[in-house]
Amino acid sequence: MTAAERDAGTGNEALNGAEVLLRVLDEEGVEVIFGYPGGAVLPIYDALFRQDRIRHILVRHEQAAVHAAEAYARSTGKVGVVLVTSGPGATNAVTGLMDALMDSIPLVCLSGQVPTKLIGNDAFQEADTTGITRPATKHNYLVREPGALAQTVREAFEVARSGRPGPVLVDLPKDITVGKAPLTKPALSRLRRLSHQGGPDAEAIARTVEAIKTAKRPLFYTGGGIINSGPEASELLRRLARKTGFPVTSTLMGLGAFPSPDPQFLGMLGMHGSVEANMATHGCDLLIALGSRFDDRVTGRVDAFSPNSFKVHADIDPSQIDKIVPVDVRIEGDVRDTLEALLEAWGDTPAPDLSTWWNQIASWRSVDGFGFTQDMTPSAIIRPQHAVRRLYELAKETGRDTFVSTEVGQHQMWAAQHFQFDRPNRWLTSGGLGTMGYGLPAAVGAQVAHPDALVIDIAGEASTLMNIQELGTIAQYRLPVKIFILNNHYMGMVRQWQELLHGSRYSQSYSEALPDFVKLAEAFHATGMRATHVGELDDVIRRMLAHDGPVVADICVAEGENCYPMIPSGAAHNQMLLGPDQDSEAAGLTEEGKMLV
Amino acid sequence: MTETIQNSVISVLIEDESGALARVVGLFSGRGYNIESLTVALVDAEQKLSRITVLTSGTPMVIRQIKAQLKRLIPVHDVCDLTEEGPYVGRELALVKVVSSGERRTEALRIADSFRARPVDTTATSFVFELTGSPEKIDAFIELMRPLGLAEVSRTGIAAIGRGPSVFHLKKEPV
Repeated sequence: MTAAERDAGTGNEALNGAEVLLRVLDEEGVEVIFGYPGGAVLPIYDALFRQDRIRHILVRHEQAAVHAAEAYARSTGKVGVVLVTSGPGATNAVTGLMDALMDSIPLVCLSGQVPTKLIGNDAFQEADTTGITRPATKHNYLVREPGALAQTVREAFEVARSGRPGPVLVDLPKDITVGKAPLTKPALSRLRRLSHQGGPDAEAIARTVEAIKTAKRPLFYTGGGIINSGPEASELLRRLARKTGFPVTSTLMGLGAFPSPDPQFLGMLGMHGSVEANMATHGCDLLIALGSRFDDRVTGRVDAFSPNSFKVHADIDPSQIDKIVPVDVRIEGDVRDTLEALLEAWGDTPAPDLSTWWNQIASWRSVDGFGFTQDMTPSAIIRPQHAVRRLYELAKETGRDTFVSTEVGQHQMWAAQHFQFDRPNRWLTSGGLGTMGYGLPAAVGAQVAHPDALVIDIAGEASTLMNIQELGTIAQYRLPVKIFILNNHYMGMVRQWQELLHGSRYSQSYSEALPDFVKLAEAFHATGMRATHVGELDDVIRRMLAHDGPVVADICVAEGENCYPMIPSGAAHNQMLLGPDQDSEAAGLTEEGKMLV
Repeated sequence: MTETIQNSVISVLIEDESGALARVVGLFSGRGYNIESLTVALVDAEQKLSRITVLTSGTPMVIRQIKAQLKRLIPVHDVCDLTEEGPYVGRELALVKVVSSGERRTEALRIADSFRARPVDTTATSFVFELTGSPEKIDAFIELMRPLGLAEVSRTGIAAIGRGPSVFHLKKEPV
C-alpha cells in the first residue's frame, strides 16, 4: 500500500486522482469544462462520465476550448476551465492561454501529461508543457505527488482569480490521475501576500480628489480592469462620472463599463478611437486611468501622449504603473475600492464647471470621425459600418440581453465603433494578443453560459475561418449563435496597412478560394444566409435574429473600405487620419512609424 | 526623468520549487532585461527559500519594472534592491587556472599573493587560484594573469547582502 493509498483510506472512501480533481472542481463551483479528450486525460474523462455535476463541452480544437472558456469567464465573472490532453493538446491551447494572459482573463487549464516516470524520455505525446506555457500563464504547476493534487488545484483557482486575474495551467501526469490520491482538506493558502492588503492609499486618493476639484479639462480613461472588478465597479464609475461631470473614454477591453450611448461617453480611444476621445486625451489637463494599462494601441507615440496632463493611474497590478507613461499619482488596488474611496472623498461636492471643456469636446464631436455615407439604392454595395450599425439597431429592437464577440481586424474595430453597449461583460474580444479566430469559439462560451441570450459573433471571413470547425460544437449543443461575417474577400486590416504603408502592394492578403458560407453553414447543420446588396441587409439581419438556431450570415461588403479614424503607428493623438482623402504625411505617417506594428 | 543606465544588485527570495529559477531567468530574457550575473542557492532549508542575487542594468524606469515584474511571480516572497536601499557588500568567488613556467610562474604566484588569492591546486606547470572580492578586483586579477599563462576562469557571479543590522529576509508569517 502506498502512502497515498493510506492517506486516502483515512477519508470515507478511496478516490483516484481524477475523482479528487473533480471533487475539487465542484468545491470551486465549476459547472462547465471546455475540453477535448486524449490518452493522457482518459482517467479524467472516465471520472467525468461517472458523475453529473459538471458539464463538459466538447470543442473541435483545443485553442477553441480556451477561447470558449475565456468568453465564459468574461461574460460571467467566474473562472473558465479547460481540459486538454498532453503534447499537441497542450500546445494547441497555448495561443488561448497567451490571449487570456494579455487580457487578464481568469482561467484554469488542466492538461494531461505522460506518467511521471516517462517525463523527459520523449514519450508519445510528451511535451514540456510547464516549460512551454511558463510565459503564457500567470502561473503553472506540474503535480508530481498524489498528496499535492487537491491543494494544487485549489491554489490554481485562487491564483487565477486573485489580484489581476489570469490563466493558470495545471499539468497532470497520468499516474497521478489514475492512482489513488487523498482529498486533503483545504489548507491555509500560501498566497495571502498576493492579494492587495487594505484599501487604496489615502494620500493618493486625497491628491486625486484635489486634482479633480481643480481640473479644467479632465478625462477618465477606463479599461478592462473595471470589467474584471465586477459589475459593481461599473456602477461606481457611473456614479463618479455623474458626480464630477467628467467625460469618460474607454479602451477596447473596457467597453460596456460605461454606457456607450451616454452623452458623457466619448467613445473608445486609441488607434481607431473616436476623434473626440483622442483629442480630449491629447488636450486634457487631468487624465485619470482606471484599470487600463497605456497599451501602445492606446498611446500611439508615447512621448506625445497626453502631453500636458496631470496623470493618475489606478491599477491592481503595481507593475503596470509607470511601465510606459510616468504618472503623478499611483493608486494600487482593486479599482472598485479605488472608485468607492474617490466617491466617499468627493462626498457631495458640487460638480465643477466644465462648460468650456464640454464646448471644446462638442466641436471635436462634430467632426463625426465614425461617419460614413451609405448609398441606400437597393442594389448598392453594403458598407461594413452600415452593416454593424443596422445589426446593432435591429438587435436592440429585440430587447434581448445581447453578447457580442468578435474576431480580430477591421470588423472588430467597426464593431467597437458602431455597436453600443450599456452593460459590462457583454463585449468579448481579443484585445492584447489580437487573436484571429477568437470570436467563433468565444460565442460558444458565451452561449453556453447564457443559453437564453442573443449571442453574435461579428466576424471577418478570414478570421472566422481560423476556428470554423467550431460550427461542429455549435451543432452538437444546438447553440443558437449568430455568426455575422463582414465578407470583403480580404484580410482587411492587413490590406489597409498595405495600402497606407506599402504602396498598395496587397501581398497575400486577398482571400482566394473562399468557401460558400451558406453551404458551409448547411454542412454543419446550421442555417446560412447571404446579403449581397444593401436592399437585402435588413431582411437578412431580421431573419437571422428571429431564427431559433445557429445562423451564418454572409454579408458581402465593400472590399476596399478602410477603418477610420486611424492614428498611424508612431503618430500622436492629434495626428489622426480621418479618411482616404487626407494627406498621410500630415497625419504623422512616417518611415519610423512603419517599423512599428 | 533620467535616461542614464545604472547597475543594480537585486536580491530575490524565492521558494525553492521546480521551475522557480526558470521563471526568473525567463522573465529577464522575455522582457529584454539584462543579466550581468546571477547566483542562486538555498538559504533557508526549513522554509525552502532560495536567494537569488542578480546584477542587472537599465534606466531607473526599467529597474523599477524589473522589481515590479519579479514581485508578480507567484513563488517570489520578496525583492530587495540593494543598490537603492543603502550600502551593501557584494562578493564574487573566482577560480583561475594559470599554466606557465619559469619567470612567469613566479610572477603569477607573487601577484596572487598580493591579491590574497590562494593556490588551491598546484602542479609543476599550473596553479588554480581561489580569489574572492568585488567583480572589479577579480577583473583586475584576471587581466594581470593574462600575460602570465591565464588558461581558464570560473566565476560565481556576485552574492550580496546589505550592511548593518537591518535584515531583508525570512518573514515568519504565513505567506
